[in-house]
Amino acid sequence: MAYLELNNIYKTYGKDGNATEVLSNINLSIEEGEFVAIVGFTGSGKTTLVNLINGLLQPTSGEVLFKGEPVVGTSHERGVIFQNYSLLPWLTVGQNIYMAVKEAFPKKNKAELNSIVADYVDMVSLSHAINKRPKELSGGMRQRVAVARALAMKPEMIIMDEPLGALDALTRGNLQDEILNIWGKDKRTALLITNDVDEGIYMADRIIPLRPGPNATLGPEFKIDIDRPRDKTEMNDNPHFKKTRNAIIEYLMDIGNERKSVSTTEYVLPELSPKDFVNRF
Amino acid sequence: MKQSITLNKITKFVGFGFLGTLKSIFTGNIEKEDFKNFLRKVIVPLASMLLFIGLWHMGAKTLFNIEAEYKIEKALTEQGQEAANAMEACIASGAIKCQPNTLPSPSQVWASFQTLLEDHLVIRADKAAFIEKTASLNAKRLSDGKNAITYTGRPSFVDQIFTSIKTVFAGFFLALLIAVPIGVVIGLSKTLRSSVNWLIQILKPVSPVVWLLLVFMIVKTLTKNSESDSAFIISFISVGLCSMWATLVNTAMGVSTVDKDYINVAKVLKLGTFQKIFKVILPSALPLIFTGLRITLSVSWMVLIAIELLAQSPGLGSFVWEEFQNGAIDSNSKIIVAMFIIGGIGFLLDRIMLTVQNMISFDKNDGI
Repeated sequence: MAYLELNNIYKTYGKDGNATEVLSNINLSIEEGEFVAIVGFTGSGKTTLVNLINGLLQPTSGEVLFKGEPVVGTSHERGVIFQNYSLLPWLTVGQNIYMAVKEAFPKKNKAELNSIVADYVDMVSLSHAINKRPKELSGGMRQRVAVARALAMKPEMIIMDEPLGALDALTRGNLQDEILNIWGKDKRTALLITNDVDEGIYMADRIIPLRPGPNATLGPEFKIDIDRPRDKTEMNDNPHFKKTRNAIIEYLMDIGNERKSVSTTEYVLPELSPKDFVNRF
Repeated sequence: MKQSITLNKITKFVGFGFLGTLKSIFTGNIEKEDFKNFLRKVIVPLASMLLFIGLWHMGAKTLFNIEAEYKIEKALTEQGQEAANAMEACIASGAIKCQPNTLPSPSQVWASFQTLLEDHLVIRADKAAFIEKTASLNAKRLSDGKNAITYTGRPSFVDQIFTSIKTVFAGFFLALLIAVPIGVVIGLSKTLRSSVNWLIQILKPVSPVVWLLLVFMIVKTLTKNSESDSAFIISFISVGLCSMWATLVNTAMGVSTVDKDYINVAKVLKLGTFQKIFKVILPSALPLIFTGLRITLSVSWMVLIAIELLAQSPGLGSFVWEEFQNGAIDSNSKIIVAMFIIGGIGFLLDRIMLTVQNMISFDKNDGI
């Protein structure tokens, strides 16, 4: 039995006439300790998929099974890193994380909770900013706080919804390594949603493209057989990397072209010429 | 890390940033940009104030002349040339009995302001003397189980200002205590919101006068056998009821439109209902609640004058009305003094609320 299983998931927004089917026939299974990346265009229903897995949304039909149990709501076992950080702006970095830790470990006392907070803030190297509010931090720092908040709850599975989408390339690279480091330490199961094929290949064991919605569905999976730890510069010369990368991009491009399908209706244009264009001269 | 607080920061926070520039002018380290700012924020307003006073002075003079000419004309047609000459001389001499009654000039208003202050000092001295005189008698009366004799002379202008401020704050806190909890509750529940929405929409535009009468009907009966100051109770309750709507609507709106991201965070962290309300929903609605409170405070100050005037509660409103009824030679200028005091206090109250608002608010876009 797989760790996380999605069986024939359909998700429809709206009612009757106005209904749009965002996801259709999604089937996915993730093994324990695996790092899976889902790659797709913006607007292809990635966030909907994530919210189905973390329990914020319920599928219209089909079932999401986590460790064999159907997902009915959110759970501390599945930590989420949101696309837009979602830090509470009126709390400091420490307070944001403390709030999460306190909910995850209600039996621990204040000192223990504080030490957990300090550990995780240190892990994302933000100890100097623990008393700052999100607005005083840069985008990368905010995302690191969000990472620390999700991980401090010690989830069994990390779900990341385009966590690095809004960051510059350099910060992005650093955070990718940090996330991989943390993941590698105790081999949690991880699901990464991204729009960056390179990021997916660098981080994941498996890449699954999401065909764009409406009616988004998962494409064929690509296995990444590159030994960890991976090195970005070496990977560029790795033939397997090149092959996989090209295959995925080609696949996505094909979908993109399908999407831009040309209209076949022919429009007859009326013949127009200026009325007294000739007479004027 | 503790933030160092400088004078500059405080003044900027309160909205008087130009004071910082003023300081740097005196200390001598001024830059071109600073000077431009200073010009815009200090010199230009001062110049426009002078212009305003000048226009006012000229306007008052014109009105005075129209009124004077009319008086002379009237004397001429009714009593003949001699009476007209006498009237002209009388007006020119500045005698009180024949002064035209019109818009007072700035200097008259200033003089009235000083009269009112002197009057206040006189009344205060009078009051102190009265208290001293009755001290021993009062002690005896109290030991006999009787009520002490209190000063019942007329209140001075300054006393009336403080009564008005007291009424406004009592009304404001009443509004806060009613509107914020109700706003939160109806903001949280869609069903409740639609069930009371019609009531709010109907009551919101009701005029202060009607509220006063309604409150009067109820309070009059309730305080029949007590000795409490029913005029004060009536006026502060009416002020509260008139002004609470902005806070009520804003609170309900702030609570019902919390950013979806924050709600998702609350769900993912699995916060309990109370935790969710107090740790996520209320803090995120706080800026809107404070905007509502700021409107409430300025509305309560605005309706206060009308309500005091009708409720016969001692305060600036009744001061204005009494002066108008009084019709003394300096009544008009006293009314103008009251007008400026009312405006000035209203402005100060707004600044206080703005400061509190700045202290607790955060930029919505900064968190996410």
